[in-house]
Amino acid sequence: GPSSYPPTTGAPRPPTMPGPPLPGQTVAGPPVSQPNHVSSPPPPSTMSGPHPGPPMSGLHGPPPPPTHPPQPGYQMQQNGSFGQVRGPQPNYGGAYPGTPNYGSQPGPPPPPKRLDPDSIPSPIQVIEDDRSNRGSEPFVTGVRGQVPPLVTTNFLVKDQGNASPRYIRCTSYNIPCTSDMAKQSQVPLAAVIKPLATLPPEETLPYLVDHGESGPVRCNRCKAYMCPFMQFIEGGRRFQCCFCSCVTEVPPHYFQHLDHTGKRVDFYDRPELSLGSYEFLATVDYCKNNKFPSPPAFIFMIDVSYNAMKSGLVRLICEELKSLLDYLPREGNMEESAIRVGFVTYNKVLHFYNVKSSLAQPQMMVVSDVADMFVPLLDGFLVNVNESRTVIASLLDQIPEMFADTRETETVFAPVIQAGLEALKAAECAGKLFIFHTSLPVAEAPGKLKNRDDKKLINTDKEKTLFQPQTSFYNNLAKDCVAQGCCVDLFLFPNQYLDVATLGVVTYQTGGSIYKYAYFQLETDQDRFLNDLRRDVQKEVGFDAVMRVRTSTGIRATDFFGAFYMSNTTDVEMAGLDCDKTITVEFKHDDKLSEDSGALLQCALLYTSCAGQRRLRIHNLSLNCCTQLADLYRNCETDTLINYLAKYAYRGVLSSPVKTVRDALINQCAQILACYRKNCASPSSAGQLILPECMKLLPVYLNCVLKSDVLQPGPEVTTDDRAYIRQLVTSMDVAETNVFFYPRLLPLTKADVDSDSLPAAIRNSEERLSKGDIYLLENGLNIFVWVGVNVQQGLIQNLFGVSSFSQISNALSTLPVLENPFSKKVRSIVDMLQVQRSRYMKLIIVKQEDKLEMLFKHFLVEDKSLSGGASYVDFLCHMHKEIRQLLS
Amino acid sequence: MATYLEFIQQNEERDGVRFSWNVWPSSRLEATRMVVPLACLLTPLKERLDLPPVQYEPVLCSRPTCKAVLNPLCQVDYRAKLWACNFCFQRNQFPPAYAGISEVNQPAELMPQFSTIEYIVQRGPQTPLIFLYVVDTCLEEEDLQALKESLQMSLSLLPADALVGLITFGRMVQVHELSCEGISKSYVFRGTKDLTAKQIQDMLGLSKPAVPIQQGRPLQTPEQPVISSRFLQPVHKIDMNLTDLLGELQRDPWPVTQGNRPLRSTGVALSIAVGLLEGTFPNTGARIMLFTGGPPTQGPGMVVGDELKTPIRSWHDIEKDNARFMKKATKHYETLANRTAANGHCIDIYACALDQTGLLEMKCCANLTGGHMVMGDSFNTSLFKQTFQRVFNKGFNGEFRMAFGASLDVKTSRELKIAGAIGPCVSLNVKGPCVSENELGIGGTSQWKICSLDPSTTLAIYFEVVNQHNAPIPQGGRGAVQFVTQYQHSSTQKRIRVTTIARNWADAQSQLQHIEAAFDQEAAAVLMARLGVYRAESEEGPDVLRWLDRQLIRLCQKFGQYNKDDPNSFRLSESFSLYPQFMFHLRRSPFLQVFNNSPDESSYYRHHFARQDLTQSLIMIQPILYAYSFHGPPEPVLLDSSSILPDRILLMDTFFQIVIYLGETIAQWQKAGYQDMPEYENFKHLLQAPLDDAQEILQTRFPMPRYIHTEHGGSQARFLLSKVNPSQTHNNLYAWGQESGAPILTDDVSLQVFMDHLKKLAVSSAS
Repeated sequence: GPSSYPPTTGAPRPPTMPGPPLPGQTVAGPPVSQPNHVSSPPPPSTMSGPHPGPPMSGLHGPPPPPTHPPQPGYQMQQNGSFGQVRGPQPNYGGAYPGTPNYGSQPGPPPPPKRLDPDSIPSPIQVIEDDRSNRGSEPFVTGVRGQVPPLVTTNFLVKDQGNASPRYIRCTSYNIPCTSDMAKQSQVPLAAVIKPLATLPPEETLPYLVDHGESGPVRCNRCKAYMCPFMQFIEGGRRFQCCFCSCVTEVPPHYFQHLDHTGKRVDFYDRPELSLGSYEFLATVDYCKNNKFPSPPAFIFMIDVSYNAMKSGLVRLICEELKSLLDYLPREGNMEESAIRVGFVTYNKVLHFYNVKSSLAQPQMMVVSDVADMFVPLLDGFLVNVNESRTVIASLLDQIPEMFADTRETETVFAPVIQAGLEALKAAECAGKLFIFHTSLPVAEAPGKLKNRDDKKLINTDKEKTLFQPQTSFYNNLAKDCVAQGCCVDLFLFPNQYLDVATLGVVTYQTGGSIYKYAYFQLETDQDRFLNDLRRDVQKEVGFDAVMRVRTSTGIRATDFFGAFYMSNTTDVEMAGLDCDKTITVEFKHDDKLSEDSGALLQCALLYTSCAGQRRLRIHNLSLNCCTQLADLYRNCETDTLINYLAKYAYRGVLSSPVKTVRDALINQCAQILACYRKNCASPSSAGQLILPECMKLLPVYLNCVLKSDVLQPGPEVTTDDRAYIRQLVTSMDVAETNVFFYPRLLPLTKADVDSDSLPAAIRNSEERLSKGDIYLLENGLNIFVWVGVNVQQGLIQNLFGVSSFSQISNALSTLPVLENPFSKKVRSIVDMLQVQRSRYMKLIIVKQEDKLEMLFKHFLVEDKSLSGGASYVDFLCHMHKEIRQLLS
Repeated sequence: MATYLEFIQQNEERDGVRFSWNVWPSSRLEATRMVVPLACLLTPLKERLDLPPVQYEPVLCSRPTCKAVLNPLCQVDYRAKLWACNFCFQRNQFPPAYAGISEVNQPAELMPQFSTIEYIVQRGPQTPLIFLYVVDTCLEEEDLQALKESLQMSLSLLPADALVGLITFGRMVQVHELSCEGISKSYVFRGTKDLTAKQIQDMLGLSKPAVPIQQGRPLQTPEQPVISSRFLQPVHKIDMNLTDLLGELQRDPWPVTQGNRPLRSTGVALSIAVGLLEGTFPNTGARIMLFTGGPPTQGPGMVVGDELKTPIRSWHDIEKDNARFMKKATKHYETLANRTAANGHCIDIYACALDQTGLLEMKCCANLTGGHMVMGDSFNTSLFKQTFQRVFNKGFNGEFRMAFGASLDVKTSRELKIAGAIGPCVSLNVKGPCVSENELGIGGTSQWKICSLDPSTTLAIYFEVVNQHNAPIPQGGRGAVQFVTQYQHSSTQKRIRVTTIARNWADAQSQLQHIEAAFDQEAAAVLMARLGVYRAESEEGPDVLRWLDRQLIRLCQKFGQYNKDDPNSFRLSESFSLYPQFMFHLRRSPFLQVFNNSPDESSYYRHHFARQDLTQSLIMIQPILYAYSFHGPPEPVLLDSSSILPDRILLMDTFFQIVIYLGETIAQWQKAGYQDMPEYENFKHLLQAPLDDAQEILQTRFPMPRYIHTEHGGSQARFLLSKVNPSQTHNNLYAWGQESGAPILTDDVSLQVFMDHLKKLAVSSAS
């Protein structure tokens, strides 16, 4: 029957999608994709209806209303095609030239009839529903196995014993008890952890707990840290570990009596007993060389070769640093930052600067022996900003002048990192290098690179080499950097190929960030770059970090995704870890779990704060366990699943042909859905596509991943772009992957200029656009403002300050500041979006039917893409076919 | 002509030449029997106020293997406008410019008083002098401050257009760029890594960028070397800048842990300095001036490790083959020195420290390039400050007393060949017909390069008489030697000084008395001493002493008058009378005795001995002692312990030290303060007199001597007591039974004993 979900009673019934795939549809491979696509809202996995599993203690409001009005969605047509044939959108041009098809083979012409897109699961709808159902009340973390609201929903978190979803999100909050079940379902068990996530001002930062000289109280055997799940026994003299069951003596200074329920009487006074997230002050035993660390240092390393000088970049950086240095991260209420700063410029040699406060003028020290890098000075390289203020200012004034006439075009790269590393070693501290670099390092030096870009490799078995570093030199360097706590942030300004895959190795493995500004132009790109730089310099960051995830018996962490280095199988090492970096951890069974005790995670992050304090941040999370597959499917989170799958696939391209990776993704998802269909869905016609409620967006989002630039590049996507995106996605949290793969599309002309709210988002399809409207699309990296050809002159005047459509310049990188409600509203929307994202998005004005529109259409991810990516409708059919094959 | 003494003196004044023999034995056999070789001390640039240079090119003999310069000894046919070369007898046409010559219209070079003449010639572009300071920053604060001040001061002493550069070093080496405004800029090198000249030049950005050859466009810049001189700038342009830079110079900031020496990269610093000049200014006058306050402790050229518990090598260690870095370090510095010499640059070493600084290993840098070597206790002493200032002294004519890039070409008449030279020079490896196969000193060549020299720089040049015994020299024939020194004058002019001398031949069998009378025992002593010191650098000390003794004995046997086996009958003629005494003191001198001297000190003493002129060399061999007393005017007294009397003040000049010694009574008077009483003003004057005389020496000597003021019983009196002839010792004091003089606590033999032995051996029929 139509609209079989949401059910009103019992287990949620899946939406059904009947029908065999299109006749003659060759399904050679996964669908194709587009560049930089971020899909936006993940479906809110509303728990529809009571659960047969553990009680959910009424955490959510009333059962969600039906997501769709009854309509002939997903209904199979007699002739085997989906939905109704829809004509082209009125007022809109024809289809894209070139017909997309699955896989690499040219497909047959599009089917004459199509499934009605309105009838298939809509991300917009799912997001809206979750917002309205769960956005109004705080999410209280006291209960085990609760699925949090979607990342697209605004909600407050109250920590009552489990870590906030801002710190940890899981693919499922109900884990199969056995590994057989897990294998059968193929649902990956993974947690996406953002240990230093920024909290909204209304929420409390983790408390800092000091257990004194002996350090944090821990389990004797597995070394788990004291947490709310530890069981105190024998009147409080011992505690039993919730992870390994070992019994440990309570140290005398930590002893406390138990009340009649067996709780310690100081339960509410101790964050480590009552909260999901908290910090311990580390003792000297937790420090390198048994010495408390010095405050970290920031080293700014600026390429001053011809390109960097000519574009005005160097002058811009120097100007900005003058004020930015006053905003270095500070600890708590400290008056000034403890971070010391140093400066290096370079082309094919390195210039170090002595900016000691006692000097009248800075001193430059050139090191040309790049083969054997060393730091030429000890005293005066790393300084306190306030003490050396005038010398630094003088230096920053002079750098652009000194190199103004440079004709040096060659650069080195590895020696720059080595220099920073050596400087930190000499100063015996951790720190961060901010490297501003413009070109492929071809000068004679260690780590010298060749231009090996070759687009002909795409779709061959050798395509993976494009993602691999061309030399192992940088891997070794990264290892040294991690050992010292030297994190490398890289700002790239390439005018041509510079091999991001290789240059990014150190950044990636040290927990740093890469920012890329291709064809950097001062006028259009300076705002974006400066905003990124400011945020990057100011953001919270921990240094010399080691993360360990402990689990209760039965499962264990087996795989890790993100920007870090691992020297063994358990410890995730990061020279630097900032508030935006996320690590995805996969778990596997090594034993049975029990429904009673559930499954516990404890993520412990040892790090050095920006003031040089050594700390441990602990996040705890308890999950339910199930013996019924239905419980698993009911407690899944598709956004997190996509985060995991994308990272898994993006790592896969390093070792396997891209096609293999795509096929594997499709196959896994098909198995997940087939398993559901087989085990959980009520009996129905074999031709019906039935999706779990929590995973109904899995096909659309998966399609977005498959069409992304890394897995299916368009012709305009460069090798560097792909390597860059690959690395970016690897550190993304769930909200970021969500909007990256399914961008947010807002009709600006529908915005209510009198309210603070955003206009309701619409689905990413050309069919949804109207010639008479203006739209905004954002994916976390870019903002497009699309202007229809028929937009009223008044609106154009109000927004762009020109009198006609033809006068709108698409060279604009910002919207003009105009004093009218519409302009203000649009700009405030743009500003609001910018604030939400960890990177400043590039604003691009797209006029309908202009050549730039091709770029924009690439982001309309429900449509077929130029590079061969399937439309949502087509992909859904394909998935259905796959599932049917599996079931038969 | 009056006496040989006057002859010798005149010749020295006019030509800067002192020969051991002024009448030459006419055959090889006889010459060998003279024991002391035929040799001379040549001061190529001896200051001649009465010698205005001529401004034209010298006229050369046209024989390609000769090329001797036209000189007063040549026979001239004024009518035919021909001249005959007195070395090869080639007849040469005068050049057209000489068309007007006649007996009454002679060019200067033909006049007898111009046996030494100087030409100013136009050769190539003139480049300013270059001074590259290489400064150790591993110094104590006080020392560094003093050094900085000295360096700043020196900027005002340099020629205004001189190029100056600065390299500083400690754990690292910094080459300072001097051209930039505002920010000071330097290139930094690891102190542990040896780099080739090419690498250094690349890293300093001195290599000429490979200019892409553009099709159809001829290269425009014809041999106009656009030299990057960022590191070497005219002093008048950057003196303010450099003064500030020096002012801001800090001690090496790298921490030195307790019990360790600072890491000092002298080897690399020098290597970079050499490479820098090699790449930018080859073959033009340049001084690398190294200022160091301790031993090199890392990298190539390290002399000692940085752990203080391992002391720097002593003579004892060296003899036991226990100086583990010495050979490698020496090799490093030798390579550098040879490269420097090949480039025509020189290296000065100013080493000021209480301990050794590695002069032993580094000595070749100064020795082979004509650079200075100065050793002091601290940069904060007047010894260093004054000495350094004197490097920039000007002569009577207002010109800097320094010249660069000299080559000395020696030509001899047929009966002579050149055996070698000893002095601050390197061989140019020019083999010719007048080069002997027997080498004395640096031989096998007739030309040497002297990268830096001043008006007192003196070389010893050794000859061999090759005329066969049966080929008599025509009556009245004279042997001739021509010294042609081409050099860069401090004014940057290219100049050529030509000295042509001739001496009579004599048959040693029939005319030995002539030869004997013309013996210059002072010159002979110095020439033999140079040979001895030269040998001491490569041979065991005792072997050298034995060799010297044997030579002395043979000389006495040859020229002494005695009855066989009767020591008391032994007599030497006046022209030989002082020679044994010189040898006695030479044997005891620090040039041959290493006992009580560090290897650095030995190297330092030997360095100076190998370059000073005759007068200074003699002072070094046998110090001068003056006595001041109420008994009469100041007078020179014997360098003998008997000269040390209670009522005397002694002034001793050893060249390296000036010692003022107050006799016992004088010292007591001074303590009692008599000099402050008006009625004892004469005592005050007596005390003052040696001080004034000492000042006079201190003012002029280079390097400035160590000034020691001491008194009877003072610890510093050892400087005097170690030098005087120990005629009275604790062994023989009572035997002498005289109350004058001061006994010396030594087992050294006295001159008397030495002479007794010498006589005995000389007259012995056994030998």
